[in-house]
Amino acid sequence: MIEKALTGDSRYWTWMTILLVLMGVGGACYVQQFNYGLGYTGMSRDVSWGLYISQFTFLVGVAAGGVMLVLPYYLHNYKVFGRITILGEFMAVAAVSMCLMFILADLGQPMRALNVLLHPTPNSILFWDMIVLNVYLFLNLVGGWVMLNAEKKQVPPPKWVKALIYISIPWAISIHTVTAFLYCGLPGRHYWLTAILAPRFLASAFAAGPSLLVICALVLRRYTAFDAGKEAINKLVTIITYAAILNFFFVGLELFVAYYSQIPGHMHTIDYLFFGLQGHDDGIMYNNLVLPMRFSAFIGIAATIALLFPKVRESYTRIGWLCGAIFLSLWIDKGLGLVLGGFVPNPLEYITEYYPSAGEIGITLGVWATGFFILTILYKSAIAVKLAKEN
Amino acid sequence: MDNSRRKFLKIAGLTAIAGIAAPTAFNSLLKGEVHASSGEASTAGHGGGHEAAPVGKRYGFVIDAQKFAADPGLAPKCINACHSVHNVPDFGNKKDEIKWIWTETYAHAFPDESQYKRNEALHTLPIMTLCNHCDNPPCVRACPTKATFRNPDGIIMMDFHRCIGCRFCMAACPYGARSFNWRDPRPFVKQENPEYPTRMRGVVEKCTMCYERLAEGLMPACAEASKESGGIIFGDLNDPASEVSMVLKEKFTIQRKPALGTKPSIFYII
Amino acid sequence: MYDKDKIIPGLIVFVGLVTFPLWYGFGGGGKLPVPEKPTNSKECVMPTAEMRTSHMVMLNQWRDDIVRMGGARLGQTADGTQYIRSLQKGCMKCHTSKKKFCDECHTYAAVNPYCWDCHIQPKEAN
Repeated sequence: MIEKALTGDSRYWTWMTILLVLMGVGGACYVQQFNYGLGYTGMSRDVSWGLYISQFTFLVGVAAGGVMLVLPYYLHNYKVFGRITILGEFMAVAAVSMCLMFILADLGQPMRALNVLLHPTPNSILFWDMIVLNVYLFLNLVGGWVMLNAEKKQVPPPKWVKALIYISIPWAISIHTVTAFLYCGLPGRHYWLTAILAPRFLASAFAAGPSLLVICALVLRRYTAFDAGKEAINKLVTIITYAAILNFFFVGLELFVAYYSQIPGHMHTIDYLFFGLQGHDDGIMYNNLVLPMRFSAFIGIAATIALLFPKVRESYTRIGWLCGAIFLSLWIDKGLGLVLGGFVPNPLEYITEYYPSAGEIGITLGVWATGFFILTILYKSAIAVKLAKEN
Repeated sequence: MDNSRRKFLKIAGLTAIAGIAAPTAFNSLLKGEVHASSGEASTAGHGGGHEAAPVGKRYGFVIDAQKFAADPGLAPKCINACHSVHNVPDFGNKKDEIKWIWTETYAHAFPDESQYKRNEALHTLPIMTLCNHCDNPPCVRACPTKATFRNPDGIIMMDFHRCIGCRFCMAACPYGARSFNWRDPRPFVKQENPEYPTRMRGVVEKCTMCYERLAEGLMPACAEASKESGGIIFGDLNDPASEVSMVLKEKFTIQRKPALGTKPSIFYII
Repeated sequence: MYDKDKIIPGLIVFVGLVTFPLWYGFGGGGKLPVPEKPTNSKECVMPTAEMRTSHMVMLNQWRDDIVRMGGARLGQTADGTQYIRSLQKGCMKCHTSKKKFCDECHTYAAVNPYCWDCHIQPKEAN
């Protein structure tokens, strides 16, 4: 199976070369960061988490999104998803791998990472996040691979693998819930301190993850003989639409609570994200996230509304663009706004704005490229099996 | 594959995993490190008024802001005493900044308090800010390695050898008391104190209430520097006869962000 | 075997490269380290043999004991001499030169402990 990743046309090799180059750039930047320290990034005392942790948070969602294929197929016997369930599982594998790489990139002392295992600390949410993410990686990798192998050999899959897959369904919910708990259990960070953070994370995850899946499926349809099928894509788009609606509804609830209660701490970050926030002493208007956040809200809501119209959904091209818009919108909202905004203002109500450094962006791109590299290899193997069976 | 051989491999694999994982988990349990935060402090009092009955020592400070307002030289003296004895680096920029104790304006130290129509002097009142050594510390809850933990005497400690630099504690601290070594601090330590280590890059640091000086029977450096004026009074909050307890009984004091339930051990006379 | 003429020389080169460190230093073993002993005292906190093999374990125990368990700062040798259980304030008061004591063996054994990233070594008299 995996040997299929070593064969491909020139387009395939061009794609893999681009990814390898980006991985190389990321690796080179990481060597610099490793030698200098995390001051290599744009992070500071006030904004102590940056691009790495925000990408991590977003990608946990993408990983959890895979369950939107696994659940209907395995629990409700929704046969249409049968051909593409593996795509969801393998996307989860790639996304969790990226998550783990981002965590490692963010550690000040990466050589001591195993201290988390050496001194297990059940009162730390990070400890639990480490556990749920690694188990989820294992469940999806083993579950997906064993099912695929059975399909290739045309034998029924072993029974135990079904158990793993059933466990992976609530586990997908758990990874994003625990990731939300990283934030929403911290006193004094008003923007994060909200019980709706976990549901909001899940809603955005179930929109963003399947959006990426749809895009992948459409790319595969265009460049390979593998077609996910109209019905499957359509059902996925329905899932995306409702998840996105839920997400924007939850955001709306946050806005209501903040602005109707008029509690300053609740309004500060939202002000900063959408309108800009004025400094206490200097009177300067800080607003470096306003444009991206407004853009995110606009394209996210517009694309969701557009997807409600059956006519719009008739064209694969339109579906692709709209899913791309939703993915981008949620990436800005969660992959930038949520984490970076949470640090503004700081606990002493000072405002420090964060701009990632070039090297930090290099490392981030490198990790994304590694993720897509893993994804491509896994998808290549999966599709080879699926196509061999069908011919 | 032969069935019994497969079975054997399965069992061998599981045993190996258990063999690797169990001793480390057991060791840390045996070392008695499981109680990362103090048990007696977990009962939250309504309105922050009713604390659990005091058990053992709990070191704390009373900081008299008026003394610092009266003598503008006092704050730099305290800060310098602390930073020089602990080899705290000075990077000269805000991005890399590391500080254990510093001055804030009233508005920033107590952002939930109003200044509206209040005394003009409040605007310029210098407030010494440092780690609050909370009785219910969010940073200790967040730390995934117990690199920061609560001592039985109430001090929130740092084990710089164990910190992995995840900065979860910095996100968790509602007082902005923690700093991170974004780069090698050694070249930025002006005058090295050979009796105390510096830190290396990639770890978090903060005020440790001079636990190393307390062990030698000395006062925390900041309290000693302001000894004559009584700007920072140090002592055991659980000892009714200590100087801090006496002052607390007599004077009206406030704590930073009491609504969060962290139960700071630092009190302010405004 | 196919490609015998390529595989066998290739294997020989590979084995040669991998074992290079062994035969390069064969018979020599280099100059043995001679760490400089303190002049002001005759015994260390543990017997020399133990110190040689497990001083790092002891330093770790001191740290965990003092930082985490509220352990004693002072220790006592077998013959009753008191010492401070601290690298900077204890060990280095007798072993006053990192270069002539610590580095001597660490360089020989090619180990690179990160003690001095934080701990301050005594000023060396040149």
